[in-house]
Amino acid sequence: MSFQLAVFYAFALILVFAALRVITARNPVHASLFLVLAFVTAAGLWMLLEAEFLAITLVLVYVGAVMVLFLFVVMMLDINIDRIREGYWEYLVPALVVAGTMLAEMTLLLVGRSLRLEGMPAPAAKAETYSNTKELGRLIYTQYVYAFEIASVILLVAIVAAIALTMRRRKDSKYQDPARQVVVRRADRVRIVAMKSDKPAAPAAPASEQAAP
Amino acid sequence: MIPLTHYLVLGAILFAISVVGIFLNKKNVIILLMAIELMLLAVNTNFIAFSHYLQDTSGQIFVFFILTVAAAESAIGLAILVVLFRTIRSINVEDIGRLKN
Repeated sequence: MSFQLAVFYAFALILVFAALRVITARNPVHASLFLVLAFVTAAGLWMLLEAEFLAITLVLVYVGAVMVLFLFVVMMLDINIDRIREGYWEYLVPALVVAGTMLAEMTLLLVGRSLRLEGMPAPAAKAETYSNTKELGRLIYTQYVYAFEIASVILLVAIVAAIALTMRRRKDSKYQDPARQVVVRRADRVRIVAMKSDKPAAPAAPASEQAAP
Repeated sequence: MIPLTHYLVLGAILFAISVVGIFLNKKNVIILLMAIELMLLAVNTNFIAFSHYLQDTSGQIFVFFILTVAAAESAIGLAILVVLFRTIRSINVEDIGRLKN
């Protein structure tokens, strides 16, 4: 068994274990931390497939941004775990039937001889000067430039939607309305009252003297 | 050298695990979102494996766009989740019916 194959099996085992823990962990914080482990391991596998740029993007974007967002939300919400976990194993049998059938079908198709995937030759090693990032950049800015523009618009929509959904005005905070401030007149703010001037009343006697007999 | 089928079967296993996860965590919206992320990871692994073995970089471009859309999707999903929690003080799928009033 070559070194690459050993690394692949180790990473695949860790990945499957982490995925199983993501869906069975009782605490959502643990689930999201295992999802981080799954992403990092998958990045290792992508590195084996010589997709260096995407492997690093997966760690930076997913572990660094999306999973932090997940953790943030999980910790911010106060979840009643006992109530949400009741009847957890209720649908285990149909789930296993559906997933097992899917897995069996896909494995039959992939390992079977009809597609001839087993004998697909491994690609030749790339030249030392080959740069995965450079190649991706060349494709994105030439052939896929429209898709790239659409992707950036999708990200913009996501930003606007997320902020518009979660922003709220507190009821007890005060705001100024500049338009109303400008049109204000003196009569709105000041009221002059005509009243007679008189002497203030004499101060009351101290309490201690009144109490003494 | 690692055969292509190893990667494809690994992707199939990951996909099946996340299908089971969606069945089991039917009440917990956060874990449902995480299972969807796992599914996308499985699909992306397949894309990259084929891109490597067929010597075609276009597969990696697809993964790039899937990552973009998935990030946008999870950001909006979590925002909806926060608003939902603020309204009904729960993220249980069974409680969403209370939004009717």
